[in-house]
Amino acid sequence: MLKTGHRAGLAVLAMLALGVGACGSSTSSSPASTGSASKLTGSITVFAAASLTEAFKDAQKTLEQNNPGFTVTYSFAGSQQLVTNIQNGAPADVIATADLSTMQKLTSAGLVGTPQVFARNTLEIAVAKGNPKHITGLADLANPAISVVLADPSVPVGKFSREALAKAGVSVTPKSNELDVKSTLQKVESGDADAAIVYTTDISSASDKVDGVVIPENQNVIAVYPIAVVKASQNQAAAAAFVQSAVSGDVQRALLKRGFKAP
Amino acid sequence: MKKGVFGRPPLGLLVPAAVAVLFIALPLIGLLTHVAWRDLAAELGSDEVRTALRLSLECSLLAVVVAIIIGVPLAYVLARSNLPGKGLIRALVVLPLVLPPVVGGIALQTAFGRSTPIGRVLYDGFGVTLPFSTAGAVMAEAFVAFPFLVITVEAGLRQADPGYEEVAATLGARPWRRFWRVTLPLIKPSLLAGAALAWARALGEFGATITFAGSFPGTTQTLPLAAYAAFEGSGEVERAITLSLILLAISVAILVGLRDRWLGTST
Repeated sequence: MLKTGHRAGLAVLAMLALGVGACGSSTSSSPASTGSASKLTGSITVFAAASLTEAFKDAQKTLEQNNPGFTVTYSFAGSQQLVTNIQNGAPADVIATADLSTMQKLTSAGLVGTPQVFARNTLEIAVAKGNPKHITGLADLANPAISVVLADPSVPVGKFSREALAKAGVSVTPKSNELDVKSTLQKVESGDADAAIVYTTDISSASDKVDGVVIPENQNVIAVYPIAVVKASQNQAAAAAFVQSAVSGDVQRALLKRGFKAP
Repeated sequence: MKKGVFGRPPLGLLVPAAVAVLFIALPLIGLLTHVAWRDLAAELGSDEVRTALRLSLECSLLAVVVAIIIGVPLAYVLARSNLPGKGLIRALVVLPLVLPPVVGGIALQTAFGRSTPIGRVLYDGFGVTLPFSTAGAVMAEAFVAFPFLVITVEAGLRQADPGYEEVAATLGARPWRRFWRVTLPLIKPSLLAGAALAWARALGEFGATITFAGSFPGTTQTLPLAAYAAFEGSGEVERAITLSLILLAISVAILVGLRDRWLGTST
């Protein structure tokens, strides 16, 4: 680890020099943190949709380097599980889900502040390395010889997968209904299933273990990710700063690097 | 009771003892107060609940049968033979008692998953994929349940008077016949108790099943998995509570069935 003091100083300089929006520069290790950085103090717990795992973990390093004394703890799970947990009083400061309707449950219950959309994602078919079953699209998933695993319809990605299959006019009986996108993908990684419908970003993060089959735009579904501050948070300032960072700061840059699309 | 000798237990013990009772009782009371009794009949009759119940009964009973077929012989070997390394074998087969079930599920996947050597033979040769199949759910349940049967039956064998078997031997009964006609009837109570314990454990199995066999209604989604999916997934808390109530009722029934063994010492 670098000395954080120097790091923060450099970060400020870099910010002044470059400004925000260095999307193209993939070689520089960590560009600036935004003006909200000063509020990122203390520790917060972020509940995040499983598909955000890699991007948010990347962002954690940058955030904690750029903001000495700040720590973030994550809980990754299916959006619907996170929502249930918060409804039951789980101590989260920020929640980020993979669709608007799960977040809506918290908004209408008055448990979170106004959500902001911070990322978009698309669906892709995950297959074993080298695509041994020669899967070319959603239509192939109807083949009974292909074992398909989907996320449960209660999970955003499970709902989107079924929407995509409906758009393509394909009827699929999955072998298992998994409760988050990562365990859905894992069934292909382990070789127990031939195909799964997950997010494009999940496939690129696991590109050493799986290949992706693109779903054409007219069959695809766009996932919209909202993020919000939990009203019961004891660290409102840092929670708001994290939300801001997800919309246009270090967290946003980490998301773009992992293949998410800007809001 | 020896109340006359000891008198009332000191308050320093009575209070934590009362806390202990409440600690167990309150969650159960909470569950019962949240049951939508009026809709219960409809919930119990719903396809989802009946599918999960039927699958759970099938899987758990099959798991007990598997446990008996391989567990009783193992218990016999552990109790009656002088096999070297017996202690090690016992430790190994009892391990699932303390092993987190999810570890069991991951371990089963690494041994029997489709891309493992055994899994590949099953898939290429017979078209069988244990994960996502009811057989996989039965395996997961048997894995966690069978130590209960083995240790209970082994204890029964150790308590059984070997005199009967010796007499049978002197009368010319061969070992196989001795086992069926003398030993097995002697350990019948332990066998029944072990089977009941294993059944209860199999019925409640969650971690190994969801990791190894996945979760699909009618195939691998047993009662606990269905309760979890309803609670954490679709947010159908009422359904989750109904499913929990069924599991609670079966557990109580098993406890009542075993009352002589566990509750028999009370006055």
